[in-house]
Amino acid sequence: LAPWVPVVGLEIHAQISSNSKLFSGSQVQFAAPPNSLVSFFDASLPGTLPVLNRRCVEAAVMTGLALNCSINKKSLFDRKHYFYADLPAGYQITQQRVPIAVNGSLSYSLCIDNKMSQMVTKTVRIKQIQLEQDSGKSLHDDTRSQTLVDLNRAGVGLMEVVMEPDMCCGEEAAAAVRELQLILQTLGSSQAVMAEGQLRVDANVSVHHPGEPYGVRTEVKNINSIRFLAKAVDYEIQRQIEELENGGTILNETRAFDSKLGCTVPMRDKEGKQDYRFMPEPNLPPLILYDAKSLPANMNHQQVINIDWIHERLPDLPSVKREKLVEQYGILPEHSFTLLNEDGLAEFFESVVKHTQMKPKKVIGWVLNDLLSYLKQHSLTVKESPVSSFLLADLLNLLEKKEISSTAAKQVLAELWKGEGKTPLEIVKEQKLELLQDQKELEQICQAVIDGQENE
Amino acid sequence: QKVSVEVLDHLEHLALVDFRDLEGVERLQKAIQFADQLHEVNTDGVEPMDSVLEDRCLYLREDDVTEGNCTKELMENAREKVEEYFVAPPGNIPLPKLEERETFLPGS
Repeated sequence: LAPWVPVVGLEIHAQISSNSKLFSGSQVQFAAPPNSLVSFFDASLPGTLPVLNRRCVEAAVMTGLALNCSINKKSLFDRKHYFYADLPAGYQITQQRVPIAVNGSLSYSLCIDNKMSQMVTKTVRIKQIQLEQDSGKSLHDDTRSQTLVDLNRAGVGLMEVVMEPDMCCGEEAAAAVRELQLILQTLGSSQAVMAEGQLRVDANVSVHHPGEPYGVRTEVKNINSIRFLAKAVDYEIQRQIEELENGGTILNETRAFDSKLGCTVPMRDKEGKQDYRFMPEPNLPPLILYDAKSLPANMNHQQVINIDWIHERLPDLPSVKREKLVEQYGILPEHSFTLLNEDGLAEFFESVVKHTQMKPKKVIGWVLNDLLSYLKQHSLTVKESPVSSFLLADLLNLLEKKEISSTAAKQVLAELWKGEGKTPLEIVKEQKLELLQDQKELEQICQAVIDGQENE
Repeated sequence: QKVSVEVLDHLEHLALVDFRDLEGVERLQKAIQFADQLHEVNTDGVEPMDSVLEDRCLYLREDDVTEGNCTKELMENAREKVEEYFVAPPGNIPLPKLEERETFLPGS
């Protein structure tokens, strides 16, 4: 049988972290009383107009720069028309013709064969980033055959990041999204928490034989976690391969991922190709951005966005942070990868190193093997750890000063997990775990043991 | 060149307009012919203008919360509501196919 080449592209919607919405002054907040964060514009009442939020533009520029994009100094807004109860205007304001950023790239790491020690770097091209409005939320009440609509989310700013189909499987898609998530969180442009709908991913999947043209692609939606993303993509690839090998065809359709069944199913309301009737948004002039060279002399500062100013103030991206950790502490690349992969773990590690005489290369073992595995076992985040960085540092100091053995240290750690407020030293004294250093005392013990043996 | 039945049906589905009768379709036809006159202008090398606002400055608003919190007023517009949620049908109700709906367009 001829081999199949799967092709995976991603469309990612990241909610912009801002106080107010993209085109109106209503608040952005998760879980508020229904329809309490809705302005007249968000409800699409006649006579209202969009007014662009400066912070949302800055967030998109930061993200574009972090993803190595060209920032379009002139970008345009368009209307994308479709009917749905949670889209009161009947159209979404987006950037279809000329988005704010184009032609970037994202590098991410993968473990070969699940071995942390063999990591490979891959790159996915970023086609574009566009600013657009989020829709409201529909709650389906099947028993009463109705939909309940909450417009709190309607109009919240989104950055749509389009990744070219450079990925080939669920693992790559998941790793790319994870890296994007870390970048967005580092920039602060989005909190990117998938569980709260701040990061939504749609996957475009197709398969073909090498050398032949790309196959028909399907769009997979309703993916609620990075783990499910990998599953959904891999399932869809398999489904398409099986369908084609059985002589069937792939429909260009939209499918939803069913996490309970672990499969994709056709989505209702998405039958037939949509015609969005794109048109320029008549109420918004072009968005003009400046750089140091083109900065206008006589304009109000508040009305000017300077791309170079934003570039200079970008924080260290995860890839840079990882390199710095390796350089500064002499740890391995896979160690720094894990440190950054867990929220707060890098800061925890650095705090321990600061407060202990033990070398970072030895500390990392305790943090990654003992601390992290315990947290994982009990589904705790670093912030929820009953053992603080100071407590661990104290313990490691005892070990470093040879006051206790390595085995004893593990025993003390096990006791510390109970979170009873005892210090490592107190536990050592309680359980008599001190290493004997006194030569005479050691001789006495050995002699006693030998004497005991002789008597038998 | 006449507008085909397929296009008319497509438009009725997309925009939920009802051309209602021959006069409605003829008006559409005349509107298209009128707009087609634009093709007679040579626009080689000219950037299209899509808004008379193109030279205006796009105003940027500060990221402050200044609106919202008017649930009661908004709900006054709702024919039906359930605990401050708007009520809508379970899904989009598509326009019936040409053969199945009452329209003067040929094919129904």
